[in-house]
Amino acid sequence: MFAAAIRSASPLARLARPAAGLVRTPTLAAASSLQRMLQRQVSGTSAAQAVSAVTPPTPEGRVLFPGATGSHYTEKMSFNRDPKAMSTYRVLDLEGNVIDPAQEPDLPKEVLLKMYKSMLTLNAMDLILYEAQRQGRISFYMTSYGEEATHMGSAAALKNDDVVYGQYREAGVLMYRGFTIEQFMNQCYSNAMDFGKGRQMPVHYGSRELNFQTISSPLGTQLPQAAGSAYALKLSGKDACVICYFGEGAASEGDFHAALNIASTTESPCLFFCRNNGYAISTPVKDQYRGDGIASRGQGYGMDTIRVDGNDALAVYNAVKEARRRAISESRPVLIEALTYRVGHHSTSDDSSAYRPKTEVSDWIKQDSPIARFRKYLEKKGHWTADEEAAFKKSVRSQILKEFAAAEKIPKPSLDHMFTDVLAGEQPWNLKEQEAEMRALVKEFPQHYDTKDYQK
Amino acid sequence: MFARKSSPLFRALRLARPSTLRYRSYASASGTPPPAEGFMPSVATSAFMNNTADQVFRNPELKAFASSSTKKMNLFQAVNEAMDVALATDDKAVVFGEDVGFGGVFRCTMGLQEKYGASRVFNTPLTEQGLVGFGIGMAAVGHTAIAEIQFADYVFPAFDQIVNEAAKYRYRSGNQFDCGGLTIRMPCMAVGHGGHYHSQSPEAYFAHTPGIKVVVPRSPIQAKGLLLAAIRDPNPVIVMEPKILYRAAVEQVPEGDYTLPLGKAEVLKQGKDVTVVGWGSQLYVLETAIAMLEKEIPGISVELIDLRSVLPWDVETIEKSVNKTGRLVIAHEAPVTSGFGAEIAATIQERCFLRLEAPVQRVAGWDIPFPLIFEKFYVPSAIRCVKGIKKALNY
Repeated sequence: MFAAAIRSASPLARLARPAAGLVRTPTLAAASSLQRMLQRQVSGTSAAQAVSAVTPPTPEGRVLFPGATGSHYTEKMSFNRDPKAMSTYRVLDLEGNVIDPAQEPDLPKEVLLKMYKSMLTLNAMDLILYEAQRQGRISFYMTSYGEEATHMGSAAALKNDDVVYGQYREAGVLMYRGFTIEQFMNQCYSNAMDFGKGRQMPVHYGSRELNFQTISSPLGTQLPQAAGSAYALKLSGKDACVICYFGEGAASEGDFHAALNIASTTESPCLFFCRNNGYAISTPVKDQYRGDGIASRGQGYGMDTIRVDGNDALAVYNAVKEARRRAISESRPVLIEALTYRVGHHSTSDDSSAYRPKTEVSDWIKQDSPIARFRKYLEKKGHWTADEEAAFKKSVRSQILKEFAAAEKIPKPSLDHMFTDVLAGEQPWNLKEQEAEMRALVKEFPQHYDTKDYQK
Repeated sequence: MFARKSSPLFRALRLARPSTLRYRSYASASGTPPPAEGFMPSVATSAFMNNTADQVFRNPELKAFASSSTKKMNLFQAVNEAMDVALATDDKAVVFGEDVGFGGVFRCTMGLQEKYGASRVFNTPLTEQGLVGFGIGMAAVGHTAIAEIQFADYVFPAFDQIVNEAAKYRYRSGNQFDCGGLTIRMPCMAVGHGGHYHSQSPEAYFAHTPGIKVVVPRSPIQAKGLLLAAIRDPNPVIVMEPKILYRAAVEQVPEGDYTLPLGKAEVLKQGKDVTVVGWGSQLYVLETAIAMLEKEIPGISVELIDLRSVLPWDVETIEKSVNKTGRLVIAHEAPVTSGFGAEIAATIQERCFLRLEAPVQRVAGWDIPFPLIFEKFYVPSAIRCVKGIKKALNY
């Protein structure tokens, strides 16, 4: 209330608003220091900016208010609703034909094959790990069925210096960047070779080497973080951006809105990549949002926005490549909404037949598969044959099974890793004492605290 | 798409399995995550489960409802029944949350949308701060809002709405407005394979918030009676449901409408040598620990108390017990530092200082994030509880 009074006192005070967090709801006691701070800011650099910002732009008919300087006055009362739906950019039709040759990216054969083989590998890995969870050999898993083109199309358009924030269904992006089958298996088995030291559930991958921030289960939390990382990249003058993946469900979280807004105002080179796959666990998009999808939000935050056919790897590639160029060279965030369909269950904890007919899924697969579409394209270009397909599938499956068996044999991480990394630096007394107590327990009760599966 | 048992993939995986692990059972394999139902085998055989109607109505809190029949159900069914009763008896009641429409990821709202319609039982967009604030708003104009947070681990975006809004709504308006019609349900506690974000017990964060109530039921009977009481209580109430018990806890539950008191602990087992306090699924660990102790020390007499309400908590029952036994052990899964055990310990030492024969013992999770692969080393297991109780006894 008090802050509002100060803010509305004058345009100067309004523009010299203290930084967020400094004074949110000041008490009366804090009033004098707030006033001092305002005076300081007004007399400092912000005063000059303030003058130019309150001077209304000259063109005739434009509103004088600082809130929407691009708006014109009208004497016709009208409420806006249902603007025309944003178009969906594509390169390939459902049969893998390039519709407009000018839109075909100039990608060498080896890149195209890397994209395609990564899709097949991801698909094969999903099949094996899903089944492994069903057999009780790993505790949890999430497949990426149906969304392979969003992963490989975007990953191929990025550079190694770009920072990736995933939600949890972006294993393909990590795979394309070089995470090995062995590394995936080690994480899912929570074994001693897992970079995350077995502390998180399966699919919570992370790789410092590959600039892929570790996955966190809470939804949407990565979005404002991505904006911050992008701003930092800009400040340090790096030729790199951040890409942040999330689903249309996570776009309902407050963090999504906070992230787009702050990325926009700070002009941070961040690509917000929405995988709109139609479902957030059981919740269909009609219960998730109204309006023109997630893309329409980007326009609201003043961001360059594109909607793309997420099952078209080439369209995703083109969109991310151009978005990356804009983000870095023009210092701006970009929103990409990739429309796709979650073919698999949400996770191994979910049975989607409880909320969508099985025929919906089978019909969808028949109608449009991102892998099949890309394969048809490659075959038409003469880059791929049915024989190569069969041989590759066979070899990748046996490679995955081999790594799978190997990861299962690796012991769990040593108990040495249980109390580390809570804080950097010297362990505080409580952790020291607790670790000692835990070790004494394990020693005293070996029959209860069986450590044979853990690395010594 | 998915491998069937007869499929080549299934066979290939079987072959890939190291022979030493082939017959390993979940319960004994230290590194293998157990299925939810098998994680806490003692729940099924617990003496705290009521298997007959006679047993059920021996409970003085339920005597008044003895004319009701009982039905065998698990905890998620009991929660479902409580909401069913609330919706049937209060036409201003609504149930909502993420994935609530199809029955919820733990099946607690199954069938309710079909029965009461999509305007009273509905999916919300995926926003905890949004759905809790929405519930406050409904309650502020006189409705009964029953909100579900999918996991207690995901309540934190709603922390502001709960701590700064729901909890202060009445006080800040001079009692002109309140959101007492709000109840927030959330699954909590460990489950055997939940890792950081499907295992936490955040009760202490909310216990630090004047203006709300916090309840943790231990069984189907308790869940139904406490949830209905929470829904009808004139204050915002958080109900934390131990998710491991949704299926594992099964007992005879009174049908129809009944409530159990908020703010009251329950003595589950009378004893004279030491008082042990817990809540939620930890009580079954404590039951096991007490059985182990009784075997080891014949004649030992342990009093076990289910705190039930974390806020406000029933100091009288604990104080009375500690004045009898002279010893107190508190066990909870949340990290020990600033866990709710700290509050109980501080209060009891103030009130029972001269009667205490030993320092109050806390057996709790360590001060680290909940670690997936180290879960069994992290939780306050029966072994640790036995040790803690012995420490209090032998001081």
